[in-house]
Amino acid sequence: MAEMVNRPYAGAFEAYATAHPDVLCLSADLTSSCEIDGFRDRHPDQFVSLGMAEQNMLSFAGGLGLAGFRPFLHTFGVFLYRRPYDQLIASIAYPRRKVRLMGFLPGITTPGGMTHQAIEDVAVMRSIPNMTILETGDATEVESICAAADSIDGPVYCRVLRGSVPRLFDTPITVGQMRELALGDDVLIVTSGIATEEALRAHDALDHAGVSVRHLHINTIKPFDAGPLLDHIAAMSKGVVVLENHVTEGGVGSMVAEIMADNGVGKKLVRLGLNDTFAHGGSRAYLMKHYGLDAAALVAGIERLIGAKTGITEAQLAAVRVDAVHSAVKAEAL
Amino acid sequence: MDNRRSTEDVALGIRRRVFEHCMRNNGGYLSQACSAAEQLAFLYNEALNLGDPTLPAVPKPFGGVPSAQNADYVTGAGYNGPFQPHLDRLFIAPAHYALVAYATLIEMGRMAPEGLDMFNKDGSSVEMIGAEHSPGMEVHNGTLGIGLSTGAGLAFGRRRRRESGEVCVFMSDGEVQEGQTWEAVQAAAHHRIDNLWALMDVNDQQCDGAMDTVMEVRDIVAKFRAFGAVCVEVDAHDLDAMRQARAEPHEDRPLIILARSSPTQGMGFLRRRFPRLHYVRFKSADERAEMNAAIAEELGIPPVELEAH
Repeated sequence: MAEMVNRPYAGAFEAYATAHPDVLCLSADLTSSCEIDGFRDRHPDQFVSLGMAEQNMLSFAGGLGLAGFRPFLHTFGVFLYRRPYDQLIASIAYPRRKVRLMGFLPGITTPGGMTHQAIEDVAVMRSIPNMTILETGDATEVESICAAADSIDGPVYCRVLRGSVPRLFDTPITVGQMRELALGDDVLIVTSGIATEEALRAHDALDHAGVSVRHLHINTIKPFDAGPLLDHIAAMSKGVVVLENHVTEGGVGSMVAEIMADNGVGKKLVRLGLNDTFAHGGSRAYLMKHYGLDAAALVAGIERLIGAKTGITEAQLAAVRVDAVHSAVKAEAL
Repeated sequence: MDNRRSTEDVALGIRRRVFEHCMRNNGGYLSQACSAAEQLAFLYNEALNLGDPTLPAVPKPFGGVPSAQNADYVTGAGYNGPFQPHLDRLFIAPAHYALVAYATLIEMGRMAPEGLDMFNKDGSSVEMIGAEHSPGMEVHNGTLGIGLSTGAGLAFGRRRRRESGEVCVFMSDGEVQEGQTWEAVQAAAHHRIDNLWALMDVNDQQCDGAMDTVMEVRDIVAKFRAFGAVCVEVDAHDLDAMRQARAEPHEDRPLIILARSSPTQGMGFLRRRFPRLHYVRFKSADERAEMNAAIAEELGIPPVELEAH
């Protein structure tokens, strides 16, 4: 079992922001939900409350960028691009402002249902010129996301995990560098965000079943250097499976498909995620199982890819980490 | 820049220049010159503290959009002078006023008259809807309603850096239909941003026609005050009234000056076009010739020599 870290963003942001006076902490009425309530209380001069008014917040952040500040915008991921999309383009993306969009509750990591679930954010952000996209998959990546984001010469959108987060890695994010978590040669598993933890749960069972997997964890979705990925794919005997906490259109799976097609790679690809569907509200474990985003879904995807059953049962997958929807370690239910 | 010409004279020059351009180019944003000439002349000729231009008098062609690869990218802000702590910044929020803004730059000697020859030509930076690379522009405001928020953010940042220069946003009244405008005023008032002021051309016109027929906005003076701004209403063609409004104390709050204007001021002939004044086109060669003669007379200049079509 991985070590669980409580609210890794809170301390990491405070340490980073207090060391960088041109970083400003912007919030849109979800301050404790984004784990910056302590920062607000201890550093009110560096905290800017902009209320439930995201359109203004994004253009305001563009203005702060003109004054040489590097605003970190804190709210749920959905609220950074669905309502204020026009402001995102005109005030931030086009002029390449150094605005850091910290999107909490990526994908189905919220029980808040459709209005709260950023399930197509990566697709939207990938299609915006000048945008960089980072995604955190464990506590160490959350702890290093501020420095990684602030190293970008332009706007950056980050999928940030909150609450109780497992520690899977012991090295910080290096922008543009993916993590190699297994180096087998039958099936390449590509994951990002919380999908990586799910894939790790399946490693042992797949190994015992005789499926040799290579596993890559992606934390920098855009820009993406295709070269290393192509080398890994070339070494596979069977093909590629992508699992992501996102719709199957436009996200990491689509990116891998584009790279394979652009380079004439004639190998099989299975893309797993929300299969062209919205989700509803529920616990993370329930939603991951219901929508086929968990370790069992990954095993099924691999079976589809190799055209054979592995015989792996649910019980063989490593112990499931259970988070109650209203667990005490959450900042609040939503 | 030296205050060599009277603001009235600059305003007349703006109207003449925009009129001549619209005649030669078979139409354009003419009524915006009628309503806003005094306002833009006031901003550039006396209200704003701007340095000398930093960009060539004849604008360079479009130099590409901002990207990691485009190291030479610049905005058009250099026509308003350099970025220095004591100097003011100006955003033209209604980007379709670009022609009027360009004419103002020329009248102020900040851009060469040849700049207007590039207006709306392929490959030119002197675009019809002002882009951030267009002369006098610093940000994209073509989607109406985002300008005041950007100004508020910049003003907040400048205050934090203890810069004495202020931020001015030239706005249009159609923007009050956008919710973001109210979000911006609310935020500026909440954060006591008083190094921000706006001059709004209230001409009661929008693309579809008279605003009251498109979407009533009711008492915007009361609305701005209720949202926390200091708001003053003046006659847009009365420069003394505008000067007085600019001097209105607004400690801890943004100042919004509503300049009630006539979309046909100085070109009374246009009244027959009311209420479709957003973009003036000619329905026939006869109409064009008639307008040419009538408005030229009103502006005290000879009619524009038109090329045969």
